[in-house]
Amino acid sequence: MASQNKTVISVRNLVKDYGEFHAVKDISFEVYEGEIFGLLGPNGAGKTTTLEIMETLREKTSGEVLIAGLSVERDQNAIKKLIGVQLQAAGYYPSLTLLQLLDLFAGLYNVSVNHHEILALVALEDKAKSKFKELSGGQKQRFSIATTLINKPNIIFLDEPTTGLDPQARRNLWDLIRKVRDSGTTVVITTHYMDEAEVLCDRVAVVESGKIIALDSPDALIDNLVANGFERPKAVKKANLEDVFLSLTGHEWRDE
Amino acid sequence: MLAITKAGLTSILQNPSAVLFSIAFPLVFIVVFGFIGGGGFSMDIGVEQGTDENHPVFKAIASLPSVKFHRGKSTSELTTDLQKGEMDAVIGIAPAATVGTPAIVRLQTSQASRERGGLFSLILNQIVDKANLNAAQIQPSVAVLQASEVVGRKYRTIDFVLPGQLGFSLLSLGVFGTAFVFVSLRQTLVLKRFFATPIARSYILVGEAISRMTFGLISAVIILTIGHFAFGFTLINGIWTGLAMLGLSALGLLIFMGFGFVVSGLSKDESTVPPLANLFTMPQFLLAGTFFPVNNFPTWLQPVSKILPLTYLNDAMRKVAFEGAGLSDIGTDLAVLAVWSVVVYALAVKFFRWE
Repeated sequence: MASQNKTVISVRNLVKDYGEFHAVKDISFEVYEGEIFGLLGPNGAGKTTTLEIMETLREKTSGEVLIAGLSVERDQNAIKKLIGVQLQAAGYYPSLTLLQLLDLFAGLYNVSVNHHEILALVALEDKAKSKFKELSGGQKQRFSIATTLINKPNIIFLDEPTTGLDPQARRNLWDLIRKVRDSGTTVVITTHYMDEAEVLCDRVAVVESGKIIALDSPDALIDNLVANGFERPKAVKKANLEDVFLSLTGHEWRDE
Repeated sequence: MLAITKAGLTSILQNPSAVLFSIAFPLVFIVVFGFIGGGGFSMDIGVEQGTDENHPVFKAIASLPSVKFHRGKSTSELTTDLQKGEMDAVIGIAPAATVGTPAIVRLQTSQASRERGGLFSLILNQIVDKANLNAAQIQPSVAVLQASEVVGRKYRTIDFVLPGQLGFSLLSLGVFGTAFVFVSLRQTLVLKRFFATPIARSYILVGEAISRMTFGLISAVIILTIGHFAFGFTLINGIWTGLAMLGLSALGLLIFMGFGFVVSGLSKDESTVPPLANLFTMPQFLLAGTFFPVNNFPTWLQPVSKILPLTYLNDAMRKVAFEGAGLSDIGTDLAVLAVWSVVVYALAVKFFRWE
């Protein structure tokens, strides 16, 4: 986590209604520069809605959202230049090659792009001439993250990037996300996998029915629970089934 | 914007069905119709066995360019052919029995081919009369016909078929192409991903439209070039007529893309695109003078033809290509097309959806 806790995203009393349905009910939180911030919660809790309001893709009903000091209402275009966005489902022309897609997005951001460097970062150099639709699930997610980095953003938003991936691909993506964070980019991520949040996020907000019900570092949240007298019903073994699976099948990329 | 144009164009070119529909199909139609109509007017005349082919009457018939003889068939075969309308007439010339007596010219026609058979019988009558007059060395005393022919351009089937096919190609490219692309960009969240970048929405539309326009004009150039050089399609003022045709193509495509935007707005997903798009394209395909002249339709149907934009596009293209019509000559066509473009884009603004 960054040392001085400099705020880059500030959400104050955010409310989003879809007609009668209240998707987000008065949420407030801050994201600090250089951290991986997780929005956790079950499906339908309001994670994606909150994320899309921060990405300027959705209008809020009320409240204030500042991205790097810019308002999501007034400075949409300035914000879009500062952020990178990965959507839950793919958002690419299926029949274009990765190189063509990178050119397309470079054009959209009006920046030049070093194809080699950006594909190397997500280990897809040998797929440069493949079409997007020919990639595996993990490769698509990695490419998706690559496109969020084209404009060298200050903040990237990842919406459930590891959903549907096998254990190797997930670990792989975690390494990639840490690498992005270590290069100075703030990462906001949504997930409903707690193991993922525990190893990846510096701080997490737990969202339930449109409200934040807890916000702290994963460690602090766990300690807090234990301090309140919580005990697991079953003694914890030194390894779990996923460890067994990974030791049997290896850690290397599996989605090539 | 340039980036979207490029990506759009690349993705069109990588879609084999788009290329097939807008270039290959029209060409196939042109080839087929070109050959069907290629022979022009002809009369199929059966020749009885034992006919005296050296007789002056026979030679006179043989010199007619539109007569096609069918020899070597038996009398019964010839009769059947005649009844089925496969032969327009059957003739037989028995050699004169003795010098000085006239040869018998037998002519059989049938109701199955009344027009051509009737025409042939008229011609034959004239030939026989003339032969008799010549033989008797009688000079005309009542009237002498002085016929002259003005040199004209030959209006071939291709001159009718090609503009229709070009118009149809633009229609399907504009309506189906645009509708499919926007519905699928919406569904695959490509549009949403674009919105997360600083690009303006209008640029996305314009970029896509330019890519489609580029592709449409490339296919128009290919169709016109092949039509002109391989099938003798008339471009009356050469390259300038070609450019005028491209201008009309661009106008037509603009209107058809408007239809495409409307269809994409009304369609929930890709499976609802074809029925909606066909609602726009099928009537135009059948009734707008693509294959048959509008005048051939029954009168109650003609008003329908006369409101469709493709009718006017086809009409304008035919006039420009064959008659070398200028802007003022196709003013009505252009005015109707202009009205259509206003109507279509008003609808498009109302129905188009981004998400």
